Amino acid sequence: MKLTRRTLIKANAAASAAALAGVTLPAAATNLIASSEETRIKWDKAPCRFCGVGCSVLVGTQDGRVVATQGDPDAPVNKGINCIKGYFLSKIMYGNDRLTTPLLRMRAGKFDKDGDFAPVSWDQAFDIMAEKWKSALKAKGPTSVGMFGSGQWTVMEGYAASKLMKAGFRSNNIDPNARHCMASAVGGFMRTFGIDEPMGCYDDFEHADAFVLWGANMAEMHPILWTRLTDRRLSYPHVRVNVLSTFRHRSFELSDNDIIFTPQTDLAIANFIANYIIENDAVNWEFVNKHTNFKRATTDIGYGLRNEHPLQKQAANPNSGKMHPMTFEEYKASVAEYSADKVSELSGVSKEKLITLAKLYADPNTKVMSLWTMGINQHTRGVWMNSLVYNIHLLVGKISQPGNSPFSLTGQPSACGTAREVGTFSHRLPADLVVTKKEHRDIAEKIWKLPEGTIPAKPGYHAVEQNRRLKDGDINAYWVMCNNNMQAAPNLMEEGLPGYRNPDNFIVCSDPYPTVTAQASDLILPTAMWVEKEGAYGNAERRTQAWYQQVKPVEGAKSDLWQLLEFSKRFSIEDVWPEELIKEMPEYRGKSVYEVLYRNQQVDAFPLSEVQELNDDARDQGFYVQKGLFEEYAAFGRGHGHDLAPYDRYHQVRGLRWPVVDGKETRWRFAEGSDPYVEKGSGFQFYGKPDNKANIIFAPYEQPPESPNEEYDLWLCTGRVLEHWHSGSLTGRVPELYRAVPDALCYIHPEDAIRRNLRRGDEVLIESIRGEVRCRVETRGRDRPPEGLVFVPWFDARVLINKVTLDATDPLSKQTDFKKCAVKISKV
Amino acid sequence: MKQFLTVLLAAGAMLSASVQSAEIAEIDNVNNGGVASLRGITELDVTRKADAMKRVERDRNPIDRDYVYQPPLIPHQTRHYEMSLNANKCLSCHSWKYAGEMGATKISVTHYQTREGQVLSDVSPRRYFCLQCHVTQADATPLIKNNFRRVESLR
Repeated sequence: MKLTRRTLIKANAAASAAALAGVTLPAAATNLIASSEETRIKWDKAPCRFCGVGCSVLVGTQDGRVVATQGDPDAPVNKGINCIKGYFLSKIMYGNDRLTTPLLRMRAGKFDKDGDFAPVSWDQAFDIMAEKWKSALKAKGPTSVGMFGSGQWTVMEGYAASKLMKAGFRSNNIDPNARHCMASAVGGFMRTFGIDEPMGCYDDFEHADAFVLWGANMAEMHPILWTRLTDRRLSYPHVRVNVLSTFRHRSFELSDNDIIFTPQTDLAIANFIANYIIENDAVNWEFVNKHTNFKRATTDIGYGLRNEHPLQKQAANPNSGKMHPMTFEEYKASVAEYSADKVSELSGVSKEKLITLAKLYADPNTKVMSLWTMGINQHTRGVWMNSLVYNIHLLVGKISQPGNSPFSLTGQPSACGTAREVGTFSHRLPADLVVTKKEHRDIAEKIWKLPEGTIPAKPGYHAVEQNRRLKDGDINAYWVMCNNNMQAAPNLMEEGLPGYRNPDNFIVCSDPYPTVTAQASDLILPTAMWVEKEGAYGNAERRTQAWYQQVKPVEGAKSDLWQLLEFSKRFSIEDVWPEELIKEMPEYRGKSVYEVLYRNQQVDAFPLSEVQELNDDARDQGFYVQKGLFEEYAAFGRGHGHDLAPYDRYHQVRGLRWPVVDGKETRWRFAEGSDPYVEKGSGFQFYGKPDNKANIIFAPYEQPPESPNEEYDLWLCTGRVLEHWHSGSLTGRVPELYRAVPDALCYIHPEDAIRRNLRRGDEVLIESIRGEVRCRVETRGRDRPPEGLVFVPWFDARVLINKVTLDATDPLSKQTDFKKCAVKISKV
Repeated sequence: MKQFLTVLLAAGAMLSASVQSAEIAEIDNVNNGGVASLRGITELDVTRKADAMKRVERDRNPIDRDYVYQPPLIPHQTRHYEMSLNANKCLSCHSWKYAGEMGATKISVTHYQTREGQVLSDVSPRRYFCLQCHVTQADATPLIKNNFRRVESLR
């Protein structure tokens, strides 16, 4: 009803008259505050659905729908603030095209790869899926099935999926989209410290004297951490902010030292800083002697391309992660060539700026927090680069203390909690265990009550390899869940789309909405999301946060967890295990995979009496499935440096940072007094390594696989924007966010534009040797690239910039470099 | 399901219109099966023509909010607004000191609080970068309708 002043007065008069007569009018007829019952909104907490910061939000529901969201004032992460995406969480579930029924490609009533999508029942959907999985398993064995999961899965979903693949189907071909995002960070942690995830925490923001952003645009990608950094910088004038990037972006608005470097030369800059520290006698010898070893990385390791690619053939030591011991003197000699003069010339950064930066690290009285994400991780030398930053902090002993913190930021809400901690990577198991080690597989098989030898020892196919294997026809049954990999993965035209459309393959896509990936798949499963289910996420500072289901899912949609469990009921153990293995545990004969994996007196140990009124997943299974999965999973880490609290506690608090020992969370790992795993009197203890010492690992500058040449004369860098989450499948359906940034634009330097006869808003063709897209150019927007480089975000399904990108990866982490390839641009 | 069928019907018409430039991939069976994404119905291997550049409306009335803690949207252009260590152009109209005179929406009282909830005499530094929560709106029709419903009292 539209109210004018006149109708308002009339309504008031009616209300007064009605009150006199002793009747109550409906609230809409008055402008008074309605009764508390009618205006009551039920508020409950949930972690934000979007990035790795892990803000807590309060979700308001009324009549089974989300009607409001707001920042959670009690959450230590965000203290009442959200970013623009977080503030619009209330709308992400209500896009008009939510999927409400499974859709199968059909022709004449039967599945047909070239058919049109038509509605089918869940039963029919699982029938055809099971048929395809079984025939693939029978024809080629466990390596012919695969799953691509997500750092946006809940902890329980990732755990259930990993168990289904590794123990059920006995296939390690499960990998998360976190491979595109955090794999190099994991590689760096394991090589330097022997244990994954940051030693510090967000409390460091309130203690640091200097911040160094290594290729991260936190103002847009980690906005709430940016508010904490801004708070510190503006409140304490001595604080200095250094921003390193290959182009100017919003984070430069707060910068005291702007550093625009030539792509790939961050390797040289990091080595220069180490060299500066040594040359200026700033090494913290007590720390270095007591707590570190020096190592040298094997060099010339290729670029993670297909083995037959010329660049792979040229490499002397393709994919080698071998490290060799070295002395300090040898290390000193290795970094000596990275002088200010040489690095300035290579990187294009002035010597003054480089020295200003190096001095902050070298000064023993300045507490430094280094921050990075995709700039360093999406890098063909990403693992090296992660370690090069740790080298600097270790040389001066600035680590594991409030404000002294090399901090690897995370992209997704549960890249840490699910992808890394649960171990949904093709080579991992929970709590940093790996499939390649017999003693690790033994631990998993024991906890899972499975016969020795169930889990295969060979790592499965990683993200980029999965696309290659689909194209080559080696994987034939494939499930993409909780991500939009057709849009996200590199080299869409040559390595993404061909595999999905390979007639030998059956592709399943689970998503709340029809995405680009759904359009390329064969079966689409409508999926419940976020507060339509109960779950837990783990953020970038090791904080595990749980939430309850708060509304019923959209009619017809089912959670990823339900889908995984129901699918597992379609297989008998005889379908998936060989006779030799069943013989080891004959009690499993005749049972379903579901019974063996999830009805094992552990996952099903907690009754429905403990469940909230609204918990569809638990009621569908008849037991508290989320708690059972969480508790079984937690058994991997308790007593081994990854301790989680009892599941119920996470519903009472705003998250806890692991290890949680004797009910207490840990803020600074490896530091005596803060980390319960550090022995008394040791000061610091890097207990991830057998000798309790961290590695300082030398690695040199090496060239990128592809650089601009005469024809393809520009660098292309891709990335996110503040207003959209990843591929935009959620935020693109929120009108306010869509209108804020409706299209992916090509950000270009005005001189580069003039040279191509381009004006702002002109349409251009962007071409690489792999593909082409069309979009419009922006010469004066929020991003200001230097000459020779353009930036195009990847959220826009109408552009699909990954048609152009190169599928080169870090050879060690297998993470794609989305930040560097060569393109040409012309006016359309 | 109704919507899905509409999509199927529209598919035929859209397909011919969407082939706007040469296909460069040699994948002969690309077919979205009649399902539309945010890309629309244009096949994935087609180099899609760029959409028109949208304009941010120069100045309009404040935009209604859908729930109490929704940050107000920016109803005007912000191009060339300085935002740096030295200056914040937004505050020159929206601060409490100037809002009345400028006819601008006053920034919220929440913006005067520190992380610990203490009220300051000026805007809290943690709220300094306005565009993290407040965004402009282009003159674009949403790609997909959103069925979020406001609470009764705001309808």
